[in-house]
Amino acid sequence: MGLGDAFSGVDLVEVEGLLTEEERMVRDTVREFVTGEVLPGIERHFREGTFPLHLVRPMADLGMLGANLEGYGCAGLGNVAYGLINQEIERGDSGLRSFVSVQSSLVMYPIHAYGSEEQKDRWLPALRAGEAIGCFGLTEPDHGSDPGGMETRAVRRGDRWILNGAKAWITNGSIADVAVVWARTDEGVRGFLVERGTPGFTTRNHEGKFSLRASVTSELALQDVELPASAMLPGAAGLRAPLSCLTQARYGIAWGTIGLAMAVFDEALGYAKTRTQFGRPIASFQLQQRKLTWMATEITKSQLLNLQVGRLKDAGKATYVQVSMAKMNGCRVARECARFAREMLGANGISDEYQTGRHFCNVEAVLTYEGTDDIHTLIVGESLTGLPAFS
Amino acid sequence: MKILVGIKHVPDTEARIKVASDGLRVDETGIKWIVSPFDEYALEEALRIREARGGEVVVVAAGRPEAQASLRQGLAMGADRAVLVEEEAYDRADGLARARALAAVAKAESPELILLGKYGVGADEGQTGPMLGELLDLPHAAAVTSLALGEGTFKARREIEGATEVLEGSLPAVVTCEKGLNEPRYASLKGIMAAKKKPLDVRKPEDLGLDPKDLREGSRVVWEALESPPPRGAGKVLKGEAADAARDLARLLREEAKVI
Ligand SMILES: Cc1cc2nc3c(=O)[nH]c(=O)nc-3n(C[C@H](O)[C@H](O)[C@H](O)COP(=O)(O)OP(=O)(O)OC[C@H]3O[C@@H](n4cnc5c(N)ncnc54)[C@H](O)[C@@H]3O)c2cc1C
Repeated sequence: MGLGDAFSGVDLVEVEGLLTEEERMVRDTVREFVTGEVLPGIERHFREGTFPLHLVRPMADLGMLGANLEGYGCAGLGNVAYGLINQEIERGDSGLRSFVSVQSSLVMYPIHAYGSEEQKDRWLPALRAGEAIGCFGLTEPDHGSDPGGMETRAVRRGDRWILNGAKAWITNGSIADVAVVWARTDEGVRGFLVERGTPGFTTRNHEGKFSLRASVTSELALQDVELPASAMLPGAAGLRAPLSCLTQARYGIAWGTIGLAMAVFDEALGYAKTRTQFGRPIASFQLQQRKLTWMATEITKSQLLNLQVGRLKDAGKATYVQVSMAKMNGCRVARECARFAREMLGANGISDEYQTGRHFCNVEAVLTYEGTDDIHTLIVGESLTGLPAFS
Repeated sequence: MKILVGIKHVPDTEARIKVASDGLRVDETGIKWIVSPFDEYALEEALRIREARGGEVVVVAAGRPEAQASLRQGLAMGADRAVLVEEEAYDRADGLARARALAAVAKAESPELILLGKYGVGADEGQTGPMLGELLDLPHAAAVTSLALGEGTFKARREIEGATEVLEGSLPAVVTCEKGLNEPRYASLKGIMAAKKKPLDVRKPEDLGLDPKDLREGSRVVWEALESPPPRGAGKVLKGEAADAARDLARLLREEAKVI
């Protein structure tokens, strides 16, 4: 924290009372972990453009990886508790939340949902324990918002698969032990588990990012990569499978962004109360109060939206449209909060002595990945009108 | 080895404490309650001993019904079961009343070791541990920064003015824990899930044969008033070159603050 006060969340309508004791404990545990283990070093990682790999095991020991999955040593938490984990970890940094989202929702989830028993036994315990890291390769250099256009191909040769193609902007790409790679086949889109070191499979990092600097983002190249039949996820057929993973991850992002918003709000509020100009704390000026009030109100509305979608998800009733709305809303609110907070901090808002500037940069990637704001708008729009407006 | 760990449910050390309008109580609105931090050292030590030697860790609290949340936190960190001696009045009663409640549980449980924090933050009395030792007629070591167990014995170190004191005694014993003894673990998320299913036994003082008279607020000590400390004046910022500022600082500490 920039200003010494411990973070105690933002709760203006007693959202606290809507959580179970267990959910509160999960949140407080991750919050304490973020304050104690993440915040002290994160600025340096962001500055140097490195992922804090040393935090993977401690996060795994806490049970944060695959926390809402059952079995294989996973914590088996409900979806609201899972959301709160995302919220708290993103209060630390969006890069770490991205790691948790990818590992849990985009790698463990598809293996859990679509994998063979052998794949599950081989990977889930190791991924859960942070002994193995995973990545999810859907986006390609020429196909982002429209993954249906993917060009990566897998062809069957005898009892082997041969993969060719390229993936771009893949979180954890070069540090992953296993990549979940989506490719077009004669039977439609299928998912494959490609292990690090497989001949023909190489990675290269995207350099020069100004967002998510404390996270690894890579290109994956697949050139005549030969895989055994057992490398295919047997239960995942068609684009529906990777999209189902995205729904899981987007749900977590919806919560995560509100953690980001809380972090910048908290910093801006503290700053405004102590920074004096014209002989008064800047918090006493109406223009600053308007910004703070806007932030607090939007954070509050977003908490309630996330919570309700989480409860629906626990009941097995959440739809991908609701998740799109929550992801879109969370990113917008977080981006606007980061902007207001950055303004309120004046010059300090562009310095990494404060957290706000880092969050301000991070939120841009979060707004773009897992479906841009435009794409989620169209998903909700299609659901409202019955008319798809994608192309 | 069976270890009993005392846990006090206290206002968060980060909370901004305000005195309530009656001038006697803390205004509890918006205050978060936590396990008293020194009790976390006690619990961590107990869990480490259990991990090394096997046995059972039982967390116990004497307090209001809400203290269950702190006991659950103890269970989530890894304790095996919990006992709450439930009575609203314990929060306002004196240390002796709470020591009596813990002693009653200790008699029923017969642990080989009883660990507590050196004091419950907030009241900062530090009475419960020593009193508990006396009530149970057991050896007692206060505010220890290291603890080693032998066969039926313990050896503890405590920091005293300018020296370290080494205490040895026989088990069972009552030991209160100081910061530095260990680094308490985070409760794991799986531990939080498991805590739900662990036994938490709620007892009334009467069930344990405790005299309700001892519980009434002011059984031995009466709270006359609660006051906030006077607001701190603005700090002094020393300007100029680092070397000059350091010299000024040393001078002010010696001449004005008279602390060196
Ligand atoms: C840091 C980072 C990490 C990432 N991690 C992963 C990962 O782990 N795995 C993975 O598979 N991908 C990952 N991605 C990729 C991400 O999902 C894509 O960047 C995203 O889907 C957008 O695709 P694009 O960048 O190709 O943009 P494009 O799809 O080219 O979009 C460009 C612009 O056009 C707009 N647009 C596109 N289509 C329409 C339309 N129909 N109507 C209106 N507007 C439209 C978009 O909203 C956007 O503003 C990551 C990206 C980043 C930045």
